[in-house]
Amino acid sequence: MCTIVPISLTVGANRIVPTIAIPHPLGNPSLTLEEEKNIRRELLTRALKALETEVSEQTVFEK
Amino acid sequence: MIRVVHYINQFFANVGGEEMAHIPAEVREGMLGPGLALQQAFKDEAEIVATIVCGDSYFNENMDEAKKTIIEMVKKYEPDLFIAGPAFNAGRYGVACGAIAKAVKDELNIPVLTGMFEENPGAEMFKNDIYIVATKNSAAGMRDAVKKMAPLALKLAKGEKIGASIEEGYLPNGKRVNFFEKEIGAKRAVDMLLAKLNNKEFQTEFPMPDFDRVAPNPAIKDITKAKIALVTSGGIVPKGNPDHIESSSASKYGKYDIDGVMDLTEETYQTAHGGYDPVYANLDPDRVLPVDILREFEKEGKIGSLHRYYYATVGNGTAVKNAKAFAEKFSKELVADGVDAVILTST
Repeated sequence: MCTIVPISLTVGANRIVPTIAIPHPLGNPSLTLEEEKNIRRELLTRALKALETEVSEQTVFEK
Repeated sequence: MIRVVHYINQFFANVGGEEMAHIPAEVREGMLGPGLALQQAFKDEAEIVATIVCGDSYFNENMDEAKKTIIEMVKKYEPDLFIAGPAFNAGRYGVACGAIAKAVKDELNIPVLTGMFEENPGAEMFKNDIYIVATKNSAAGMRDAVKKMAPLALKLAKGEKIGASIEEGYLPNGKRVNFFEKEIGAKRAVDMLLAKLNNKEFQTEFPMPDFDRVAPNPAIKDITKAKIALVTSGGIVPKGNPDHIESSSASKYGKYDIDGVMDLTEETYQTAHGGYDPVYANLDPDRVLPVDILREFEKEGKIGSLHRYYYATVGNGTAVKNAKAFAEKFSKELVADGVDAVILTST
């Protein structure tokens, strides 16, 4: 899970979930705490989906 | 006069090709094959007193014995210098040249030199142990190879100072050598940029490390039964950074017990990471290491469990070599602890 996807692609990560921003990849301080948690839930749900998905090459899980 | 012993394979000795690759080592007086070109380049400064010929298959299949025999052969001629190859892109020959040159250097304590193509497996194996001149990938590059090998060989034999790899033409061996550039950095950078914009060749002064690729692991069959671990390069550590992980160019990682920890707070955790504004991560470290939501998922049965330990380092300017070494170490622990999947978060 990373914000700068090109770096993850360069270093060879195989399952990549794009995140929010460098200083707060899994949060967004401009939102309320509950809204932030929703974002985190959504991103982590996507990460779990990525782990459950067969991939044959580097894959970015945008949605 | 500098005395040189030269090592070549059956092919360059004109003994034969693959069908003769099994022949054991033998000594010939004087020079042979590529030795002629080397001798010519040495002029009167050095003399190839003997040439050792060995089949590539023989050497690689009987390496210990071959090395012992050849060292004895070399010793008899009391050389000041030992040269092997060049091997170009011939894999077994490259490994033989590297192995025998290193053995001669270690056992007889004389300077050694070989040459090969940078992708020859022998190059990766021996470039940090001995000087290996970078050659083209086929024997068509013999002239070019000799032109670089002969002067470097003489320098080595005379004990002269060896310059940087880019000056002398050997494969970079991980050692830094200081030298003065003719042009200042600004001019070199602009020249490089202009060459790039014009699709011309240019030589970077800061090559990127070779990032390796690994085949993707199979998917998790049932994530609701999986034990998931968290690993981060975002520098999340217990408050006070007990392991003193550096804010940049980290030399270590930490392993932290989160048994019973449901939420990372400002009072209990922080980031050790430099290079990004740490305010948001310090106020709520879950923004980097999402323990709170994974605990929720654990409770709801969306995952099997969250692993008791998480691993953290700082990714800011950290050497790839260090990062790789960290992961090699803690990956073994993760496997031993029965972890099924890892979520890595990075800032």
